[in-house]
Amino acid sequence: MKTAFRALTHFIDRRQAFAYPAPAVATLFLIVIIPIVFNLYLAFNKWTIGLGQPRFIGLGNFLELLSDERVLNGVKVMIYFSGLSLSLEMVLGLLIAVYFNRQFKGSEAVQAIYILPFAATPVAVALIWRIMLNPEIGVLNYLLRSVGLPGSLWVSSPQTVIPALVMVDVWKWTPMITLIVLAGLKSLPHEPYEAARVDGASALQIFWYITLPLIRPVLIAALMLRSLDNLKEFDIIYTITQGGPGIASETLYLYSYMVGFSFFKAGYGSALMVVVFLIVLVFNVVMNRMRLSAQEL
Amino acid sequence: MAAIRIKKTFKSILFYAGAIVLCVPPVFVFVWMILTGLKTGVQNIAYPPEFIFLPTLDNFRAVFEQHNFLRYLMNSLIIAGLATGISLVMGLPAAYSIAKYRQGKIGLIILVARMTPFVSYLLPWYIIFRYLGLVDTYSALTITHLIITLPMVIWLMVSFFESVPTELEDAAMIDGCSRLQSFLIIVVPLVRNGIATSAIISFIFSWNQFLFSLILSGPKTKTVPVAVYNFISYGKIDWAGIGAAATLIVLPVSVFAFFVRRTIVQGLTMGALKK
Repeated sequence: MKTAFRALTHFIDRRQAFAYPAPAVATLFLIVIIPIVFNLYLAFNKWTIGLGQPRFIGLGNFLELLSDERVLNGVKVMIYFSGLSLSLEMVLGLLIAVYFNRQFKGSEAVQAIYILPFAATPVAVALIWRIMLNPEIGVLNYLLRSVGLPGSLWVSSPQTVIPALVMVDVWKWTPMITLIVLAGLKSLPHEPYEAARVDGASALQIFWYITLPLIRPVLIAALMLRSLDNLKEFDIIYTITQGGPGIASETLYLYSYMVGFSFFKAGYGSALMVVVFLIVLVFNVVMNRMRLSAQEL
Repeated sequence: MAAIRIKKTFKSILFYAGAIVLCVPPVFVFVWMILTGLKTGVQNIAYPPEFIFLPTLDNFRAVFEQHNFLRYLMNSLIIAGLATGISLVMGLPAAYSIAKYRQGKIGLIILVARMTPFVSYLLPWYIIFRYLGLVDTYSALTITHLIITLPMVIWLMVSFFESVPTELEDAAMIDGCSRLQSFLIIVVPLVRNGIATSAIISFIFSWNQFLFSLILSGPKTKTVPVAVYNFISYGKIDWAGIGAAATLIVLPVSVFAFFVRRTIVQGLTMGALKK
């Protein structure tokens, strides 16, 4: 027993580069790669769960989604939701970070408050938002009306549902972006700022010509990190609207879930998921190019 | 001089006023959540909404007594604990090796794992678990949560391991430590902040996971996000119950995040800024 144990530790020592990652890689292969391959296989098959066996139909599913109006709607909703929420989160996150980038009493409290939305369970806070967004008795419309503004229909109207959902997403994720950018701002070199001040540059000029170029790699990195989850946003939308009213807030990702788990069309659903993956992939490859070129500057 | 001082005080008052305004939105939702939980059902549908009222703990009692919430909290605790523990045991050596031997190909698997939509995993896993009769078991949920937590732990830990100087390990080995010993005795304690951070981020993401549990859990293994979501799935919305349940769910993860807030940001930034 003891010799076996010693032989094992000896092996681990000699083949460290192989032995250390082996369990994790084997596990990831089993739980990540195999399902992805299975998913790819299903994408080229016609199969409804519970009805017979998968039947190979080549590109049939992909041809079908070209003429599916809900796919076109899903792509539009995805671009609208992600485009608006990601840009608002980045702009607001940056501006708030610049605002807080100084020494002041209470900076600890701000940090503590800003970590809360990041940690909070999405489904739980989304349900609270659903209560607050109620057009008749919700607290948001009450606050708007009490300062003389008209209330909004929020998620009850196809026109306002996406901006309302974006508001929830922005609420949940902007503080995280702020904290990341703030950490980045604190690590910037002092010299360019001193030189600019000596030259008499205005605060706006300093922000535009010094802060922004220096913080760009951090911004792009934060955007990539955020986009990984944002393009696959599920919890907030599903909890608050389930894609409604009608299909007004049904992103491509949400639709792929519906096809798979409400209609049980496993083959067609898989093809949709492949498309979602490709969108996330392309977005991240482009972002990574931009990030690397920003770091070279 | 006096004028300058007045101007400075005025500016600082202005700054703090702005800071308070910027802190209202994050705080307000949590306040409203707690208030909703402390109101009766009737108070919750009153218009105008009541800000001052006699609080009641009846909703919290109901959540535990009628909705069996303790069970769901335990389920979430078990699954998040298992997923985090297993992720650390497998992820730490893997991250160390990736950092030390620059194993970029393994990093690629992690990237693919993080980019793939969760629904893509869900369909195959649902089919497999149904075939094996494992739907509504802790194993099924822990395995699927590992898809999220294991890549996350590795991704975060690589940057923490990269910051450990190799000289320390060399010195330990000259003193007669084996590589395994020097890893466990020298390196791991040096990255304990990173381990605490990854563990808590991993726990938070598993605790908050909704999609996998929605499909793969059942009466026996229902987790808290699904349990609170079920408050609305009977046509009638129990707002008071949602307030109480949401407060109970959000509280533990908020406390965790509060304690490691600085390293969470550090970990996320370091990971994101890697090439």
